[in-house]
Amino acid sequence: MMKIAKYALLDILRNRFVLFYTFFLLLVSLSMFSLDSDSSKATLSLLNIILMVVPLVSIIFTTIHFFNSYEFIELMLSQPINRKAIFASEFIAVSAALCTSYLVGIGIPVLLLNNSAESMVLILSGLMLTLVFVALGFAASISTRDKAKGIGVALLFWFYFSLIYDGLLLYIIYSFSDYPLEKITLMLVSLNPVDLARIVILLKLDISALMGYTGAFYKNFFGSSLGILYSLGVLGLWVIIPFLISIKVFLKKDI
Amino acid sequence: MILVHELTKNFGKLNVLQKISTRLEGGISYALVGPNGSGKTTLIKCILGMVIQDDGYILVNDEPILGKWEYRENIGYMPQIGRYPDNMKIGQLLDMILDIRPAQVTTDDDLINEFGLRKIADKRMHTLSGGTRQKVSAALAFLFDPAILILDEPTAGLDPIAVEIIKEKILSGKKKEKVFIISSHILSDLDELSTHLLCLEDGKLLCDNSIENLKEQTGEEKLGKAIASMMKQNQTEFAL
Repeated sequence: MMKIAKYALLDILRNRFVLFYTFFLLLVSLSMFSLDSDSSKATLSLLNIILMVVPLVSIIFTTIHFFNSYEFIELMLSQPINRKAIFASEFIAVSAALCTSYLVGIGIPVLLLNNSAESMVLILSGLMLTLVFVALGFAASISTRDKAKGIGVALLFWFYFSLIYDGLLLYIIYSFSDYPLEKITLMLVSLNPVDLARIVILLKLDISALMGYTGAFYKNFFGSSLGILYSLGVLGLWVIIPFLISIKVFLKKDI
Repeated sequence: MILVHELTKNFGKLNVLQKISTRLEGGISYALVGPNGSGKTTLIKCILGMVIQDDGYILVNDEPILGKWEYRENIGYMPQIGRYPDNMKIGQLLDMILDIRPAQVTTDDDLINEFGLRKIADKRMHTLSGGTRQKVSAALAFLFDPAILILDEPTAGLDPIAVEIIKEKILSGKKKEKVFIISSHILSDLDELSTHLLCLEDGKLLCDNSIENLKEQTGEEKLGKAIASMMKQNQTEFAL
């Protein structure tokens, strides 16, 4: 399996997109820290960019990569190789490439320029977001037959989690503002990996005072180490569930 | 060696294969013929496990193949249109396949040498002509000296010299008790290479007979004419 992952990774490295992505992240993180002297403010600005860019790049890159390596998958399937191993190695290769980019582009500068607990949380949740959207990208591409449709579904996922879901959540909280909603919003937040990552980092950055009573409740929950474990666990589920669904579909797919 | 039992496959509403049953034995070369879209490639892909059937089953060496992958060690497959990773060079592709199948030590690089593929090992796959791709596909299919060879239109697009090389390879493989499944539209080639005819039409097995028998029954000398007259008979039967 590792051998197939190696060849898939070589294929990814052969087109220079991953290199470009790494440089982009590096540029963003360095410029954020040089623009702002207050490092926790810089981390906050960086967070906003990460929450938009990382999911988008991860999901689109995964989808395009999957359709581009269709020939490779076809070739592997005619060899005595387990279907599961083929899928898992594609997943490993894409995640390894994107996570390395993220670690080099964001992780190293952040740790060097602002070595603190909130930076660690930022890096960890960014890595988890990468994995979540790689898994969603595989789910999007496996459930469709042609590339255009696959990228369409992937973009839809991104729009939904980055923009639409927030609107829906706000609408629900606003319309039911007379009721105690803390636990319900907590649950609803868990249904969106991007929000989950955002809240954990915001709470670590200690600006939850701006969020009122709900903020205090969140702080109480997410601020504790248990809360961080919970949110990383839920993000983990967001990786595992789409992965398992796509592997199940892939095992039955006609190539 | 291969047993196909009531194999059924639908793509949406289209019934591509309808209860196909047949038995393939070693040392015999099977010609798989039929009009375009009659289900030849789908049948082949079912045997390879690339397409999952809706009903029925396939046994290879008495083992059901559904969800299995080890049995493919015995199968060499030459696809109709060989599609390979664009950025790879021929040499890299060959080395990769050799690398991921280390369990098998016996390799047969006759075709690689005869087609001179090592000489053009630095060419990238997307720059290759259709014929050269076919040569790569053929070389890969024979590479591990498998007992079962499935060739989907092996001679289409190849130059006459390469066609002769492949034909030689098939004839010598037949002597080694290998099974060949050759799908083709070039009946004169099949006449030379195969001993048994499987004819598909609209997903049904129209004919499963040795070519000798068929020629006797129809009183024709050539395979092409024999098939044509068999089809005519069938049509008149339908009309009646």
